[in-house]
Amino acid sequence: MKNTKNKIPGKISGLLRSRESSLLLVMILLVAVIQWRSGGMFLTGTVITQLTQNYAYTIVLSFGMLLVLLIGGIDIAIGATLALSGMSTSLLMASGVITNPFLAFLFSILVGMACGWIIGVTISKGKVIPIIATLGLQYIFRGLTYMVSGSNWVSSDKMLAGYKSFAQGSFLGINNLFWIVIIMFVAMLVFLKWTSFGRQIYEVGSNPEAAKISGIHIDRVKIAVYTINGAIAGLAGAMYTSMYATAQGNMANGAEMDVIAACVIGGVSLNGGQGSATGVFLGAATIAIISKSLSLVGIDAFWQQALKGGIIAVAVLINVIVQRNAARRALERREI
Amino acid sequence: MATKSGRTISSVREFSAKSLLIRWEFLLILIFAGVNIMNISLSPYYLDAYNLFTNINGFLTKALVALPMAYILLLGEIDLSVGGNVCLSATVLGVVYNASGNIWLGILAAIAVGTLCGALNGLILTKFSELAPMIVTLATNIIFRGLSERILGDGSTGGMQKIEWFTQLYYGRVGNMVPYLFIIFCVLALVFGLVMHKTVLGRQMFAIGENSKAAEYAGIKVQRIRMLVYTLAGLICGITAVFYCSWMGSVKSNACEGYELEAISMCVLGGISTAGGKGTFTGAFIAIFIVGLLRYGLNLINLSGQTIRIILGALLIAVVLYPTIRDAIKNRKKAIK
Repeated sequence: MKNTKNKIPGKISGLLRSRESSLLLVMILLVAVIQWRSGGMFLTGTVITQLTQNYAYTIVLSFGMLLVLLIGGIDIAIGATLALSGMSTSLLMASGVITNPFLAFLFSILVGMACGWIIGVTISKGKVIPIIATLGLQYIFRGLTYMVSGSNWVSSDKMLAGYKSFAQGSFLGINNLFWIVIIMFVAMLVFLKWTSFGRQIYEVGSNPEAAKISGIHIDRVKIAVYTINGAIAGLAGAMYTSMYATAQGNMANGAEMDVIAACVIGGVSLNGGQGSATGVFLGAATIAIISKSLSLVGIDAFWQQALKGGIIAVAVLINVIVQRNAARRALERREI
Repeated sequence: MATKSGRTISSVREFSAKSLLIRWEFLLILIFAGVNIMNISLSPYYLDAYNLFTNINGFLTKALVALPMAYILLLGEIDLSVGGNVCLSATVLGVVYNASGNIWLGILAAIAVGTLCGALNGLILTKFSELAPMIVTLATNIIFRGLSERILGDGSTGGMQKIEWFTQLYYGRVGNMVPYLFIIFCVLALVFGLVMHKTVLGRQMFAIGENSKAAEYAGIKVQRIRMLVYTLAGLICGITAVFYCSWMGSVKSNACEGYELEAISMCVLGGISTAGGKGTFTGAFIAIFIVGLLRYGLNLINLSGQTIRIILGALLIAVVLYPTIRDAIKNRKKAIK
């Protein structure tokens, strides 16, 4: 009954009240403040190019983490997966096995996929809790990275010229790496909204029991999600090594924490079943903007970590307060 | 009284659960023995008691953090902020000491800061009890470490080693043999173990870990206990910071990185389920020594730190996979019968 009253304005006000739009608003405000405080130094060609180039891999990683969080899992091994795939690709390039930049990207994705598949099988078939499985496998992947490289770096001169220039190049004025982000973003939107597998992911996350009864192979979905996440981490590994033009054993150490933070700021629930690609994109972009702009605004670089943590905490708290209000409103509407 | 059939079912279950626990610790003791045998065969100097205690001391600061972590895991929760907490408390110790010249003031400040940080976690998690502990403590970990980074910058704080007795906290030994830290650790572990298994509070923690809703309906003050446990974790972090300073003599903002994951893997190896409500303190205690001594033994044969990580990771995965594999084998046997 009450529904009919809300029907027409419901869609617009729902859109305005949605998590994504408020996040977008916060981001615009943030950019405006930064632009003002930095004396117009933020919204310039160079800064934006650097921003889109340097943080492209984090945003891509966040999409993979979104899928994992949607099924109620977590993956703290993506930093290590990134390092292992990026390192093994770089080593093969250095030894002359891979001579084509495209093949290098493909190989990196394959290595990542293999890592992700192992994680998925350990969690679903081995019935190990995600955080523990990925904690153990993180040690293994990171250790393997050092092992295959003999704790050495792969330096820039040993990499393919085409591979290195990919990250510097641009198409239609947008950096190549950011094109990957855009393509991934669109793919994620379509995948999560309009494919049956995408819907299954939400169902597994929001109610595994119901999903099982309705005929979804939960284990299969889980393995697929972790494999996709691994593939994305592998892609990010290629992006990372291509951008920095070196491969080191400790690269992207702790990246998982930034990525989880980006997802949480973007409104993804750690209990599964809640979150959107748009939110994650905005969340990751917010973190990138903050990290990039501190020095421009004149805040001591040593504040960066503490501020980042503070922002995550505030985002999480706002999330809860909003949800509590929504729940209360829902109760009131039912007139209990 | 329950019906006859109901009784038999419940008693059978109890029995199998008990034997499972016995087997788990039995497995751990076997691994412990295996590690020791390996170490003895690797080096003739391994059993030299003085040497052994030196190496045990090396991992005991980390192990101190594992004690409250066992409680937190038992509640079905996780605390990723302990590394940052120890780091911040140690930073405060150094800074306060250097500013005031009084080491006692520094120690007090460190323990106070550690406890406050733990209480902050507890406060957020109890006031907003629907929040996932993982994400809250992830954020506070970044905040704690970030504050330490802000205070220290690229530099470090130190000078504590000038005070002889403070250095002795870590390096000192009873009868020139047993380190103070070892004794303190064992006493603390005993107290933690007794509280977990022999007190009402301990039983209540098990109940919360098993099903916190049911525990709340049964009249257990769930939020008060959670607050207590997180604050306790903070207190232990503060104490750990004191020993860390005594050990290292200086603090940088990357101190104690990864303590949280190390402590968690020690507890999980010890059979404390991260899903909550399961595990014994003895298991965690043995596991702490398994991890520490295994690392020492692998160091003896000059394996690189990274290879050691692979082995520890594989051990962790193998141990958590063990129940699933065992059940699968059991089920197959049953099916054949």
